[in-house]
Amino acid sequence: MFSTIRDLIKYDRRFTFGFSVILIMIFLAILSFFSPYDPKVWNVVPRDTPPSIKHLLGTTSMGQDVFWLATFAIRNSFELSIIAVLISRVIAIFLGLITGYKGGSLDRTLMTINDSFVILPLLPILILIASVIKGALNITNLGILLGIFGWAWDARVIRSQILSLREREFTYTAKLSGMKTLSIIVKEYLPFITPLIMATAMNNMLWVIGMEVTLAILGLSSLEIPTLGTMIHWAVNSQSLLLGIWWWILTPVFICILLFISLYMLSVSISEFLDPRTRLQRIEVMKG
Amino acid sequence: MLFFKSYLLPRIIQYLVVIFIGTTVVFVVPRFMPTDPVQKTLELVALQGTYIDPEAVEKLKETLKELYGLKGTLFEQYLAFWKRLFRGDFGPSFAQFPTPVMDLIKISLPWTTVLLLLTTLLSWIIGNILGGLAGYFSHQRWARILEGIAMVIRPVPYYIVALGLLIIFAFAFPIFPVGGGLSVGREMHLTFDLFIDIAKHAFLPALSLVLVGSSVWFMTMRLLISNILREDYVLYAQVGGISDREIVFQYAIRNALLPQITGLALSLGQIFSGALITEQVFAYPGLGTLLYNSVSRGDYNLLMGITLLSIIGIATGVLIIDLIYPLFDPRIRYR
Repeated sequence: MFSTIRDLIKYDRRFTFGFSVILIMIFLAILSFFSPYDPKVWNVVPRDTPPSIKHLLGTTSMGQDVFWLATFAIRNSFELSIIAVLISRVIAIFLGLITGYKGGSLDRTLMTINDSFVILPLLPILILIASVIKGALNITNLGILLGIFGWAWDARVIRSQILSLREREFTYTAKLSGMKTLSIIVKEYLPFITPLIMATAMNNMLWVIGMEVTLAILGLSSLEIPTLGTMIHWAVNSQSLLLGIWWWILTPVFICILLFISLYMLSVSISEFLDPRTRLQRIEVMKG
Repeated sequence: MLFFKSYLLPRIIQYLVVIFIGTTVVFVVPRFMPTDPVQKTLELVALQGTYIDPEAVEKLKETLKELYGLKGTLFEQYLAFWKRLFRGDFGPSFAQFPTPVMDLIKISLPWTTVLLLLTTLLSWIIGNILGGLAGYFSHQRWARILEGIAMVIRPVPYYIVALGLLIIFAFAFPIFPVGGGLSVGREMHLTFDLFIDIAKHAFLPALSLVLVGSSVWFMTMRLLISNILREDYVLYAQVGGISDREIVFQYAIRNALLPQITGLALSLGQIFSGALITEQVFAYPGLGTLLYNSVSRGDYNLLMGITLLSIIGIATGVLIIDLIYPLFDPRIRYR
């Protein structure tokens, strides 16, 4: 595991970039525990002051410190995405393993349902659900909701990987030596698909944070909890652009862009690492 | 007949399953929620501060129950739900009572359909051609630059890209209008000016959709081509002295297009969601803005109508792509 990360850092600049940005974000998220201000209380600092030494990234029109607010936003967005990613991973891995390994009519039925979830336009459905339970949509509930809907594509990816593993020699060896289905899956396949699960998890995290931003902008999540989405929501709704309070709106937007790019680069770099052909190609390119 | 059984039938079943699952989710989920929509609407009415005597409240409750389709057992409600769906009747809008939801959707639908069709096709074509070229000439400098750009744009959600474009082109450098679909006060006469006006207003939303869309197709196409380059037939063509341009367009891209068509079908739902959110940023008068307004006004019927209609619309779009797929893939046509 650690040697893999070391190799990736050494040979893939995209991984290095993504990894260091995520580390910085985690550091910022941890910093929020030491914040001098409560993110839910307004008017604790002077309003609308531009960035200065006292307030690193300025203050908002509600009298909050943008820098400390952002640390809370990052922490909450991480929390949310971890809940959602864990739930959807369980469903996706379970479905992917079962359909990939069993095959036959069970596979066809489950994959038809799975593909339907891939095709469905999730945004209007999520908006509908979110607007019905508007008040109760805190971090945990939103995480569960996004977890329940975010597994379909990844189940498909995991299934196709299992399909190819099933045809490999070691599967027959394991079967013929009398291993049970469950232990074949857990002992033989899981190590193979762990990096793939990591890559899909990064992608899913992207989707979850993006969805949270979208729902918050529509005013559908709990707006008093600071997340990247609600920060943008308040900044846009307070006309920060027209008033020229650029530090307020640009901070969450830049954090989002950085976070999205680094998560995506991590996921691409891990999935390329899985494919020895692209790995060889990269080494060739680097050698010139 | 074999073609029908092995290709068409599964697609049609898939189509029906998508609509069934989507509709059932829309039906079931709100009913399992802790809040009661009837109670919520009553609270909203109470919040507006007018006094209503208890008898009228009871009456209102009954009407609302009927309106939400909450009468009878769960199964009866479910049947009634489907019946209404088949009639295309989503009830009246709450915010603009008594205009039927369907009428409101009909006004917005053409705006979204045109924008979405144009941008989806455009980004698919641009992304695939550029991705194919960049994949084939992957050692060239311009290919690396393109890849870098696509890599940065691809993961960023539509909303952020749209907001960024809005900040740059409407606030920092006011070249394009801030929002809307037409200039204020312009009437719908079919003139050249009107066309220009519409295009000018649609430019930024379209640009944000095409930017994100084409970088998505770019990245997958580049990967597909770099795998195809190792196929024997490409090597054979290169050895045979066929020009690079011909290999790219006639052999490599053509073969890599097939998974991209399937990909287009599978990602249509995502593209649609992205278009909705982009519209809201630019106040473009399509379904997205209607959706946003229905959320902010608590117009539950309108919200449900848009959701159901978008499920049916996307499923139909996917079915159409699946049905024309054999035109591109001779292996399915001649099976």
